[in-house]
Amino acid sequence: MDVSLVEHLLLNIEETVSIVLFGIGFTILLLHRNLIKKIMGMNIMDTATYLFLASKGYITGRAVPIVVDGIQDVSAYINPVPSGLVLTGIVVSVSTTALMLALTIRLYERYHSLDLDEILILAKEEEQT
Amino acid sequence: MSRKKDNYETSRWRKFKSWVDGETDPLDHGMEAHEAIPPREDIYDSPAHEKAVKEELSRIYGEDRKAVLRARGIRYFQRFYKVMSVVLCLGIIMVLLWTVASLPITGNASNPDNNEVAARYIEKGLQETGAVNIVTGMILDYRAFDTFGESCVLFIGSCCVLVLLRLDGDSKNESIRKMIAESDDRHFEPKNDIILQKCACVLVPIIMIFGVYIVLNGHLSPGGGFSGGAVLGSGLILYLNAFGYGKMGKMFTEKLYKRITLCALTFYCLAKSYSFFTGANHLESKIPLGTPGAILSSGLILPLNICVGLVVACTMYAFYTLFRKGGM
Amino acid sequence: MRLFECILLLSLIVCAMSVAFTKDLLTSIIIFMSYSLIMCIIWMILQSPDLAITEAAVGAGVTSILFFLTLKKIRAIRKEDGSEQEEG
Repeated sequence: MDVSLVEHLLLNIEETVSIVLFGIGFTILLLHRNLIKKIMGMNIMDTATYLFLASKGYITGRAVPIVVDGIQDVSAYINPVPSGLVLTGIVVSVSTTALMLALTIRLYERYHSLDLDEILILAKEEEQT
Repeated sequence: MSRKKDNYETSRWRKFKSWVDGETDPLDHGMEAHEAIPPREDIYDSPAHEKAVKEELSRIYGEDRKAVLRARGIRYFQRFYKVMSVVLCLGIIMVLLWTVASLPITGNASNPDNNEVAARYIEKGLQETGAVNIVTGMILDYRAFDTFGESCVLFIGSCCVLVLLRLDGDSKNESIRKMIAESDDRHFEPKNDIILQKCACVLVPIIMIFGVYIVLNGHLSPGGGFSGGAVLGSGLILYLNAFGYGKMGKMFTEKLYKRITLCALTFYCLAKSYSFFTGANHLESKIPLGTPGAILSSGLILPLNICVGLVVACTMYAFYTLFRKGGM
Repeated sequence: MRLFECILLLSLIVCAMSVAFTKDLLTSIIIFMSYSLIMCIIWMILQSPDLAITEAAVGAGVTSILFFLTLKKIRAIRKEDGSEQEEG
């Protein structure tokens, strides 16, 4: 049982790696205090999800979905749907990253700290006064 | 080492227990806890931060008893938070790995995600959209509405960054003027850096031509509006870095940015509305598809690619200038 | 090819771990940049050149530039603070 489980994980190596990357990104997001590191963690989570999707669409021995020599057989090309999904995702992730970095700059201008806990404490004190 | 760790563990547990039971005097205990805890060994703590927390604690400690309790509560909460987040992350990874172990093997053609949708895109895509690159045909014809939403997300993202980081030049407020003067960082840098300028002279045309090539050939080869737009934006950023805002202002202003983005998004919206309207009502769309493989083919995909490319390039450039000096 | 892919995937994990454990922000941004480049090669191997081009331009290019700019801004503010404190 256990052996077959590990073997299956090794056969699905792209998915396994993407899950591990997702975990690393999530850990950075939760445990790091620095806001810029948190944003990087979220970016790593993003790319891990894209890797998972892209590896779902991959088929061994088949080519890029660009029609060559008029061959329009399903058995010649990989699945184009995940590529399209990931393409949209990558560009959206840039704009969310830019937005979060802009928010970080504003927070630093106001509280002079990148540490989320310190910012929360300062904000609470400010609220009380 | 291990003995120390054991002590540390037991003392932490003891403190937690006494805190839960509320046996000891919290003021007295808080002082002891403050003294007894060795510096934490994990990587996330920098000594400077530890010192800052201690100072904060001792400052609060001087004030009153309530604040001590609150500071201790925060400390315990942080420790609890760390343990719980590690447990949560490990749990999520375990569950997901277990799921991956029961997924079908990668690269197998009979996997359930290779269903009739993908088959239809591949078999009929060339006739219905005229695009040789099936992915481009898919995202700009079958699923063009998604792409429109995404261009809008980019536009809204740049608007939000504009709201957050913009510094208004006409403002009467003295402090904002001071900030503008400070953020104009051009005089800190070596002006007219000869190496950068010569490199940019060679590289900018190549990058721009490559970007235009990617945008225009989006339906024939890998690429399309998004990647080409990002390349164009990088070219603009390099030009700006080498030659400064003075020369850039002659070519690309905020007004031009607004006009390009607005026109591209409006054209995209109108073109796709027309094609969806005719498609839904089974009307003849009267847009020639051309011969597959030619540059002027595949109906609306080429103009839509150009629109998306313009929006993306403008957004990337706008991000850069807003982050750099708070305005175009 | 399979071995090459495995090496790349392993280096992805190494890069992600070192992003987590590097203390200097500038270093971790550069490591993040190389992470994006490795991801771009993996997408070439997974037969999706569209994604590879987009990731190379967007992930390794624009995102890293934005991170660098944020760091520069924050350091500028910090320097200002330091000089003010010295004066007062």
